[in-house]
Amino acid sequence: MIQLSSFLIISAIVFTLGIITILYKKNAIGILMGVELLLNSVNLNFIAFAKYVDPSINGQLVAIFIIILAASEAAVALAIILMLYRDRITVDVTKVDEMNN
Amino acid sequence: MEASEILFLFIAFFTILSAGIVTFSTKIIYSAFALLATLVGFAALYVYLSADFLAVAQIMVYVGGILILILFGIMMTHGIYDTAKKTVHNSLLLSLIGGFAIAAILTLLISRSPWIQIIYKSFTPTTSIIGKEILTNYLLPFEVISILLLGALIGAMYLARAEDQQK
Repeated sequence: MIQLSSFLIISAIVFTLGIITILYKKNAIGILMGVELLLNSVNLNFIAFAKYVDPSINGQLVAIFIIILAASEAAVALAIILMLYRDRITVDVTKVDEMNN
Repeated sequence: MEASEILFLFIAFFTILSAGIVTFSTKIIYSAFALLATLVGFAALYVYLSADFLAVAQIMVYVGGILILILFGIMMTHGIYDTAKKTVHNSLLLSLIGGFAIAAILTLLISRSPWIQIIYKSFTPTTSIIGKEILTNYLLPFEVISILLLGALIGAMYLARAEDQQK
C-alpha cells in the first residue's frame, strides 16, 4: 500500500526543483517552466490529501481550478514574453531592468 | 513488494529525474521536453491517487496546451533550429541555497506534522461527482474562473497581436 508521505515527499522534491529553476534561470520561459513545476507539485499535494484525508473530493476540485489558472497564466505570460522579445530582442529578465517606456 | 509499488517507484523516479533535467539543463529546448516527461509522470501519479478525470485533464491541458504554448514561445524567441544556443544562468550556488532553504522548511513540515486521519478509499469514478460538485457547491468559483479565463484569452490576444502598420 502506497502511503500518503511518499506523495508528499515527491511533491516536496519537485517543489524544491521548481524554486531552484526560478532562481537559476535567466530566460523568462525557463522561469515560466519553474512556475509550472510549482503548480504541479501543489496539485499533487491537493489530490493526495483528497484521497487519504478528506472523505469527499474537495482537493480534486481545487486542483481543477489550479489547472485552469495555470493555463491562463501561461497564455498571458507567453504573450508578455513575446511582446518583450519584439521590443528588446531578448528574453533575459536581468537585462530588462529599466522602467522608462 | 507488489508490481504496482515497483511501478510507482519507477514513475516517481522518472518524474523527479525529468524535473531535475528541467532545472539543470543548459539548453532551454531540452528543459521543455523534460517538462513534457514531468507532466506525464504527474498524470501517472494522479492515476495512483484514483483521480481519473484529473489525469486525463492533466494530459489534455498541460501536455496539449501549456507545453505547446511554451514550445511555441521558445521557437518564436530563439530561432527555430537554434537548439545549440546556451541559456545563461544565475549563480548556481545561490540558487541551490535558496532551494535547500525551501527543502528544509518542507522537510520540517512533513516530518513534524501528525497526519492522523488517514482513510483508505476504494476507487470510484470521479467524473460524475466532479460534475455535480461544480454545479452545486462550487458554482460561484466556476463562474468566476470562466470569466477569468475569458479575460486571460482576450488579454493574451491583445498583448500578442501584430502592431498597427501606420504608426
